[in-house]
Amino acid sequence: MYARHLITRITAFLAALALVLALACPPPTRAAGKVQIMTATSDLAALAQEVGGDKVEAESIARGYQDPHFVDAKPSFLLKLKRADLLIVVGLELEIGWLPPLITQSTNPKIQVGGPGYFDASRFAKILEIPTGQVTRAEGDVHPLGNPHYWLDPENGLRIAKGIAGKLSEMHPGDAAYFSQRYSDFEKRLKEADQKWLAQMAPYSGRKIVTYHRSWPNFAEHFQLNVVGYVEPRPGIPPSPQHTVELIQQMKRDNIRIIVVEPYFDLKTPNAIARETGGQVLVLPPSVGGEKEIKDYFSLFDYDIAKLKQAFDTTK
Amino acid sequence: MKRIAILSVFALLALPVAKLRAQESDRNNHTSAPPAEQATSAGAPMPANADARIKTLEDEVRSLAEQVALLRGELSAVRDAKSPAPLSKDGLLLASTSVQPGSIPVASASATPASPDPAAPAQTVQSMQAQSQTQTQTYGGATSNAKLLNPDVSLIGDFIGTAGHNDVAPGRSLELHESEVGLQAIIDPYARADAFISFGEEGVEVEEAYVTFTSLPAGLLMKVGKMRADFGKVNTIHNHALPYIDRPLATNNLVGGEDGIDDAGISISRFLPAPKNWFMQGTAQVFRGDSSDLYSAQRREDLSVVGHLRAYRDLSESTNLDLGVSYSRGHNDAGTVANNVFFDPDHFLTNLYGVDATLRWKPLRRAIYKNFLFRTELFWSARDQLSTLNAFQTQHAFGTYASAEYRVNRRWTVGGRFDRSGHANNANLTDTGFSAILTYWPSEFSQIRGQYRFGHLALANPGDFSNANELLFQFLFVMGAHGAHPF
Repeated sequence: MYARHLITRITAFLAALALVLALACPPPTRAAGKVQIMTATSDLAALAQEVGGDKVEAESIARGYQDPHFVDAKPSFLLKLKRADLLIVVGLELEIGWLPPLITQSTNPKIQVGGPGYFDASRFAKILEIPTGQVTRAEGDVHPLGNPHYWLDPENGLRIAKGIAGKLSEMHPGDAAYFSQRYSDFEKRLKEADQKWLAQMAPYSGRKIVTYHRSWPNFAEHFQLNVVGYVEPRPGIPPSPQHTVELIQQMKRDNIRIIVVEPYFDLKTPNAIARETGGQVLVLPPSVGGEKEIKDYFSLFDYDIAKLKQAFDTTK
Repeated sequence: MKRIAILSVFALLALPVAKLRAQESDRNNHTSAPPAEQATSAGAPMPANADARIKTLEDEVRSLAEQVALLRGELSAVRDAKSPAPLSKDGLLLASTSVQPGSIPVASASATPASPDPAAPAQTVQSMQAQSQTQTQTYGGATSNAKLLNPDVSLIGDFIGTAGHNDVAPGRSLELHESEVGLQAIIDPYARADAFISFGEEGVEVEEAYVTFTSLPAGLLMKVGKMRADFGKVNTIHNHALPYIDRPLATNNLVGGEDGIDDAGISISRFLPAPKNWFMQGTAQVFRGDSSDLYSAQRREDLSVVGHLRAYRDLSESTNLDLGVSYSRGHNDAGTVANNVFFDPDHFLTNLYGVDATLRWKPLRRAIYKNFLFRTELFWSARDQLSTLNAFQTQHAFGTYASAEYRVNRRWTVGGRFDRSGHANNANLTDTGFSAILTYWPSEFSQIRGQYRFGHLALANPGDFSNANELLFQFLFVMGAHGAHPF
């Protein structure tokens, strides 16, 4: 009798809970007909907005001044992910420390890995630094699939935008013409801008620089800079005294004056190196939103190139 | 040349095919009891036509063999056309893996047709097949592609050393506390699975192994398997992810110790409607009812349940507040007294109530250098049991802990914890303690931690206490897949 009593109570408890859960939640309302896009980083949101125009609403999880390797999987992101029609990720294991649990808990079938609304931008981009041979963590936090900071090459930006336009057209065939027109417009503007950027950077072709993290290989390749050293001894490993001394010697030997630092790294070691070598620390945001005035993909390059140009000129 | 090939194919195939036919006609003879004579068996009764019969058979076999060879060719052609598609689709991933030592079959395939050895023309067919396969995939590539489907494997080693003295709960001086193997994979488009198997000093235990259904209707998230129950915060966290070496006294005394509420069952959770800027989530879980010394199921109906309500809010970009209330209920083993005498188990329940609060601060621009976390939990345990005089009673014990941690720079974190908790089976006995914790991170994948722990621990006689002063140290190392950081 007691047993029956208990079972009744448990059943009642569960039934009540199920009822509350089912009734209490009306389906989420969404902005009239717009495709809701969530992206891992702000650059992807900027690109999605370029090709999606006013038919989409794109928002990034990570901020432009935040280290995209280390983002907290805050539950507030879950609500946004639940509403998303499309999730665009950088891939190459950049977000492996925080995105998987968000996707799993989002309760959104569309954006699950391999789902109709899951879009891995790295599939469309040219990837550099794919390790060959044995990969171990003696090399630091290596990305076995290649360097995930690939969006800093305008050509990759174009490739990704094309991929996104294709995806959006696939999701909304009725608006395919709109998206393809947006894309061609973006292509035209980006190519024009790229001509300008290349011209601005041309005088500094082949200049050697040092960066904090390996965030800039695609940028350096496109604008013909030569990244010869890193403040980090290995990716993801904080600077060590021995490595810093070696780096200073190398910079003095090769007359390297520019130390590029992402906005989310500590400036103590770079400043010390700059003092030793007579160089200059340059805080360069690698992502849209890294500074207030960087509002889109174009101003990201405008800002970074202007900063670099200034630094190259002052360090002759 | 062609004729030789066909003949040799025949030679190769004739024997088994003839055998097969023989068996078939044999079976026909047996099964078709009424004399419904078939074309082949029609000729059988006439021995005079034996030669002719063999000849027709031979012809048939030959034509069959030709057909087989033809079909094989078609099959490999079809395979040819099909296999490149998925490969090129995954080109990005496979670019690095396809450069593998699988080129040997190509070499042999190109060598054999050139060899003018007519004695082994049968090989030509085989090597043609081999060639058609190697055009599309290399053997080395195939095996490493198969590995891509392996689950993410990781191992976390947790080594703990203890010095000092503790009369109440003396630990080992040195131990490999556990080696936790994690296997995680996406099962299919609708589910993923996570398994954590803990190899400890005393044996192997499945700490958690569950499948999560991610594509259910109505926004439901279901987990099935063995899992750490969603009761409060510290109960959900694996040992290696805790900000301390040990677990708080309150969870040891009231919520099942190190393993906590960890049982086989089903969990359902859902986001709940919430005021603006709040995130709310409700979770309901049903378990078998066996969780360390907390719950024990004598009968099938002795299930335990856990309910959890979570409310979360971003106070700013860098600060957030995480609140929760939990309830759990199950049968305890107080009804089992000496000599396996059972009292009615329905009387002996443990009701657990919990409240948790977490405040986090992490400036986004310096997320890897600075952060702060304050967490506190309060537990209330109402445990039915027999008094020393075998009278029924309910013990109401309270326990709490409050802990804080501050990341000083990229490599160092300091922390502290205050503990106070009654004993579940004797609320008059109260333990108090505090800890100071220092953590060093050589990299993201290893961790060295020291903890000073003081305990003012109650002895069985009310009013008697034993003081424990201990120094603990811990080495953690992570191998393999990069697991997600707990939040």
